[in-house]
Amino acid sequence: MAPSTSSALTLNINGEKHTLTVDHRTTLLDALRERLDLTGTKKGCDQGQCGACTVLMDGRRAVSCLQLAVAAEGREITTIEGVADGDRLHPVQQAFLDLDGLQCGYCTPGQICSALGVIQEHAAGWPSAATTDVRPEAGVPELTAEEIRERMSGNLCRCGAYVSIVQAVAEAARAEEESA
Amino acid sequence: MTTTTGPTKVTGAVGAAHTRVEGRDKVTGAARYAGEIPFADLAHGWLVLSTIARGRVTSVEAEPVLAMPGVLTVLHHGNAPRVDVDYQGLLGSPDPVVGVFQHDRVPFAGWPVALVVAETSEQAREAAESLVVHYDQEPHDIAFSAAHPGSYTPEADGMRTQKGDLEAQLAASTHVVDAEYTTPEEHHSPMEPHAATARWDGGRLDVVDSNQGSSWVADELSKVFSLDPGSVRVRSEHVGGAFGSKGLRVHQVLAAMAATVLDRPVRVVLTRRQMFSLVGYRSPTTQRVRLGAEPDGRLRALDHQGLSLSSTIHEFIEPSAGFGRPMYDADAHHTHTRVVRLDVPTPTWMRAPGEAPGSFALECALDELAEKCGVDPIALRLRNEPEVGPVSGLPFSSRNLSGCFEEGARRFGWAERDPRPRVRREGRWLIGTGMAAATFPVLVGPATAGVTAEADGTFTVRIAAADVGTGARTALTLIAADALEVAPERIRVRVADSDFGFAMIAGGSMGTRSWGWAVTAAARELRDKLVPGGDIPAEGITAKADTGALLGTLAQKERHSYGAQFAEVAVDVASGEVRVRRMLGIFAAGRIINPLTARSQLTGGMIWGLSMALHEEAVRDQATGAPVGPDLAGYHVAAHADVPHIEADWVDDPDPDDPVGIKGIGEIGIVGAAAAIANAVWHATGVRHRNLPIRPDRVIEDRATEAGGSGA
Repeated sequence: MAPSTSSALTLNINGEKHTLTVDHRTTLLDALRERLDLTGTKKGCDQGQCGACTVLMDGRRAVSCLQLAVAAEGREITTIEGVADGDRLHPVQQAFLDLDGLQCGYCTPGQICSALGVIQEHAAGWPSAATTDVRPEAGVPELTAEEIRERMSGNLCRCGAYVSIVQAVAEAARAEEESA
Repeated sequence: MTTTTGPTKVTGAVGAAHTRVEGRDKVTGAARYAGEIPFADLAHGWLVLSTIARGRVTSVEAEPVLAMPGVLTVLHHGNAPRVDVDYQGLLGSPDPVVGVFQHDRVPFAGWPVALVVAETSEQAREAAESLVVHYDQEPHDIAFSAAHPGSYTPEADGMRTQKGDLEAQLAASTHVVDAEYTTPEEHHSPMEPHAATARWDGGRLDVVDSNQGSSWVADELSKVFSLDPGSVRVRSEHVGGAFGSKGLRVHQVLAAMAATVLDRPVRVVLTRRQMFSLVGYRSPTTQRVRLGAEPDGRLRALDHQGLSLSSTIHEFIEPSAGFGRPMYDADAHHTHTRVVRLDVPTPTWMRAPGEAPGSFALECALDELAEKCGVDPIALRLRNEPEVGPVSGLPFSSRNLSGCFEEGARRFGWAERDPRPRVRREGRWLIGTGMAAATFPVLVGPATAGVTAEADGTFTVRIAAADVGTGARTALTLIAADALEVAPERIRVRVADSDFGFAMIAGGSMGTRSWGWAVTAAARELRDKLVPGGDIPAEGITAKADTGALLGTLAQKERHSYGAQFAEVAVDVASGEVRVRRMLGIFAAGRIINPLTARSQLTGGMIWGLSMALHEEAVRDQATGAPVGPDLAGYHVAAHADVPHIEADWVDDPDPDDPVGIKGIGEIGIVGAAAAIANAVWHATGVRHRNLPIRPDRVIEDRATEAGGSGA
């Protein structure tokens, strides 16, 4: 008998369990888009270069085009569809909308998911290549525009909405800090 | 339900910032792009491209692939339905690449040779990658250079303009600049790859696509498949960037062809790598600029020669030499555009075709002239401001370039600038500032629009406009609100459906102007139809307008947008790194409809200029004729960390002949931006960089030659 080329699995996406059978070649990105009708996660390059397919896996940023769906079982996956609280936009989404941190909108879900990751990573004290003082005792670096640009550089935007994306991430991070 | 027609008088929507009307859908992931609309029984097509740059296909070994799981068909030149590409469309004859699988010739690397269609995209991809294609290979020529013996002057209008005796004026000039500039092959690279789903629905070809003009693509598809124009419908609600690359391309034709053969819906999505061969690109250019001036900088002579390339199958011209025609006067004013045909894909329009590379050459040459004359670069340009079109002799509709210089210089702090190069250092960084001017033509095309007064007191606007990220949907909402004198919240704008009738494309910076004109006209018609206090029936009351006849009455004038670009850079001559520290662009570009989205669009254009100056360069392998590293890792576009705080703003400049005052802002932002950066790099280092992009290796290389004062 020929070896099986597909498997049944359960994916935990935005707090919901989805059981499906996938071709082993199926990426997490294609499983989301083609099988689960979660098309908010975008395919810009399909080879991990543009960041449009960024999702959060167990709270950390991941490019879903470089993840096989079969390897995502058991992970907590958050896509753009799971970011808002019902009809209430997440502060990051609201800031993107208000400050026009988008043009065509195709990179936007990836930028927003990435921004969520950036804000968490920064709050947890992770340094970046733009961090001037990386000593543990230096504490959490200030989330400057330089820091945001460095940390968001995995997400390309060909329309060139970078200036307002950086402002949106800064504003959302500030709002989150104040409400914390 | 009925309601009365008395509108609430609210005006002033135009000119006030408004977030994108579809913005919420875009930040929540609800906005669906072309490849994301579900269809029952959908099949997936995957393209196979030629691996040779010239020759013919001798055989396609389809049999083994047809036996693979899920494979439904393999289309190639031996079995594909006939299509017609010998027609004239809105913008002329099509690039023959859209006539897929009609013969065995291969004119460039990456030419479509087969489409594999399967039940799933995984199956289609594996089968396509397994397909063996045999070729009879011939020697190819892809070497582009100014010295290529095959270059010629195209027969198209405006390829050559000559005013005055150039050689005599050059000879009589006190200061002369004679320099060659080059720009590389550049790719649009919109974030959303080209995608189309086609199906037959009740005798009509129904296509969901990503394009810059749904009625345009529908018309082209009807011609390709010899169908009645009314029997093709194209929709393109959300478009993930376009920049000139999203017209009729192979994906729509392939999807329609496969849907016809299989009688079921077929989706074809180009891969990122395939886009580098199949959706057009900006031709590389070599340009020679000769300027001759009086001691005070007044131009006696301006000569701009530009060479671009095209494929062997279609002539596309990148008219870089035309940039100076409406810009600067000179006693002798010559421009000349030439093209050479090579075994490469056909280039196409890419954001500011002609003006983007042309402004790099001429605006850098003017900076060199300013240095020679010892005149401030802004003063030099003001000294050569024309009264009328330097070549055409026509009056300007409006020209507020000097206003851009004045406001830009004030905000950038230009007056404090020490003109001497290489005299500012901060640690390892040499600091410099530069400027350049910008212009782009103001164009308009015909459009039809319908406006319906609904029974619930709202209004629906229908127009086959395309919102490719420009904010057109929002701009048209504001324009309709003012024209109807109601709040924008009562307007619903539906775009990108060819069933709404013909509308000009989103291109040439003329989308919003063309559509705004039609929407304004239709709104006026509707107001004439509405009886104050009268009832509105359930189906609403609709008025339509077609601006086709109106536009013919526009007087012949030099109609342009203008801009002043400023940049500050830091250059590390040890590592070769160039960092842009800040940019400012001030534009005179007509009435600004929505300051929020307009600023984004202008800033986005300036970032394209930054990317053009420092990053973008597609390289072809001379041995294979194929692109090297054709993806977003090999082809660098500016990323977050490359882009500093950039400001764009404008001076008041409504177009007197447009009902809304619009000129168009889609392209002016990129024009001159790369020149401003290159001029700033000279100011920082004392070295002229005349070849884009200004890569670290070029900066390092030129450090060795800087005693000579000239870049490689």
